[in-house]
Amino acid sequence: MTDNKNDLIEYLLRLGDNALVNGQRLCEWCGRAPALEEEMALMNVGLDLVGQARNWYEYAAELLADGRDADQLAFRRDERAFRNCLLVEQPNGDYAVTTAKLFFFDAWHLHTLKALSASRDARIAAIAAKGLKEVTYHLRRSGEWVERLGDGTEESRRRMLAAIDELWRFTHDLLAGDEIQQRLAGAGIAADAESVAAAWQASVEQLFERASLPVPQPASYFYLDGKRGLHTEHLGILLAEMQFLQRAYPDATW
Amino acid sequence: MYAQLVETGVKRVKSLEEMSPEERAFQERIDAEIKIEPKNWMPDAYRQTLIRQISQHAHSEIVGMLPEGNWVTRAPTLKRKLQLMAKIQDEAGHGMYLYSAMETLGADRDAEIEKLHSGKAKYSSIFNYPTLNWADMGAVGWLVDGAAIVNQVVLQRTSYGPYSRAMIRICKEESFHQRQGYEILLTMMRHGTQAQKDMVQDAINRLWWPALMMFGPSDADSPNSAQSMAWKIKRMSNDDLRQRFIDQTVPQLEFLGCTAPDPDLKWNEERGHYDFGPINWQEFYDVLKGNGPCNRERIATRRKAIEDGAWVREAAVAHAAKRQQKQKVA
Repeated sequence: MTDNKNDLIEYLLRLGDNALVNGQRLCEWCGRAPALEEEMALMNVGLDLVGQARNWYEYAAELLADGRDADQLAFRRDERAFRNCLLVEQPNGDYAVTTAKLFFFDAWHLHTLKALSASRDARIAAIAAKGLKEVTYHLRRSGEWVERLGDGTEESRRRMLAAIDELWRFTHDLLAGDEIQQRLAGAGIAADAESVAAAWQASVEQLFERASLPVPQPASYFYLDGKRGLHTEHLGILLAEMQFLQRAYPDATW
Repeated sequence: MYAQLVETGVKRVKSLEEMSPEERAFQERIDAEIKIEPKNWMPDAYRQTLIRQISQHAHSEIVGMLPEGNWVTRAPTLKRKLQLMAKIQDEAGHGMYLYSAMETLGADRDAEIEKLHSGKAKYSSIFNYPTLNWADMGAVGWLVDGAAIVNQVVLQRTSYGPYSRAMIRICKEESFHQRQGYEILLTMMRHGTQAQKDMVQDAINRLWWPALMMFGPSDADSPNSAQSMAWKIKRMSNDDLRQRFIDQTVPQLEFLGCTAPDPDLKWNEERGHYDFGPINWQEFYDVLKGNGPCNRERIATRRKAIEDGAWVREAAVAHAAKRQQKQKVA
């Protein structure tokens, strides 16, 4: 266990940061969605994700045992310490960009949480099992929207193709594993990156076929890596907004 | 109150003798406290008044997401963020209940929303005030949802069945929001720094009067109230509801350790109520006419959302048609 402790903390932060940053982007949609039903759905998905982030952070904070709690992990770390994938920090764009982003993430999330539900770490298995129910709904929803937009009007198809083109380069970072994840997966604790990537690819191909969308060639690494805190320029601004109160009033109780 | 000035189009309430047999049967049903249901006969003015009131109420829920949306990306803790997201989600749901209730009267949701965007339909004046610090999220929950509840509790007994039932469902969730809002303020006052306490008082100073305006014009200036009361759409007058709100809110204000921005506010032993100072009715009518601090921004945001989303809704319709076609072939 102690061998894995630092690895485990890193891995939990990745899971938490992915969910939080994605949830934060969904908050930006408040009052701006294309229909009332979508206002509800986006806030609903965002709420699930922020709830999951809190669960991962709480576990990470216990392992860290350095006096920081879940809120401090969320609101007091800088962008170089954030571990989320590049995909979720991308701006919302139009509804096609948001939809494609959610679908790519949800498919990865579902396969990851499925694997984690069988983790040898009981705490991880429990958090994943709870999240899996929510993410099953997220993926159904985002998948249906990819299909509607991909196989809707000419305009919606054009936008969906543009959104995929815009976001596809970030799928490498979404799917790539590293030594930390490999060690944890070897110990039966984390999800195996390669199996998740294969399942993800199958999910994307299946849906894209239904929506008659072409599947691009696998994306390649392009010198940034969210897992190592090497982000796009979007994250810093997102955090400045999200963390403002905790930074301005560091001793406050809310 | 989320619908604070609703035209009835009726100048004078008719007596039973002046009514047609249909009108009289309708009024007798109202007087006997039997709910009116969508398929029942109703005077056209009753129908139109309800469409105006319920749509105004629905629009308020939707526009009301914006002042809170302003802080949801900046909520200070994960717990507060989750609470605010849940609340905003509830509000979208309330908007949908209310639009459905309105549609039972034969009105069209999209057409009514278009009236909102073109400035023909109103929504609550309160949402035209900006949210300027985090304590506003507490003050909106406590004062604004509090005022809405005082009104909605009474509206649970409103004469139109679908509206009344929507109010019953909505009140349960609103009460929860109000308690959460109060708890935000209480936490800041009890455990907060001086800067946080100042935020709370500042939020109350800015939102106190606008919250009182939510109950609408004073009874003396409510030409539409008599008919709405006779139809039992309204069950209590604006001033009575406002007084009830003040009486129940001042002790909560004192418990917080805050003050109201009203030098005339004091307990009147003789009346058994709080006396309070004059409301700035000029400001009220300015805001209602579209000249408040955020009217333009609120409507511009909603209009942009619907316009930018047009292609998404069109895609959904086109896809549904294609799917139906495929099923027919198969």
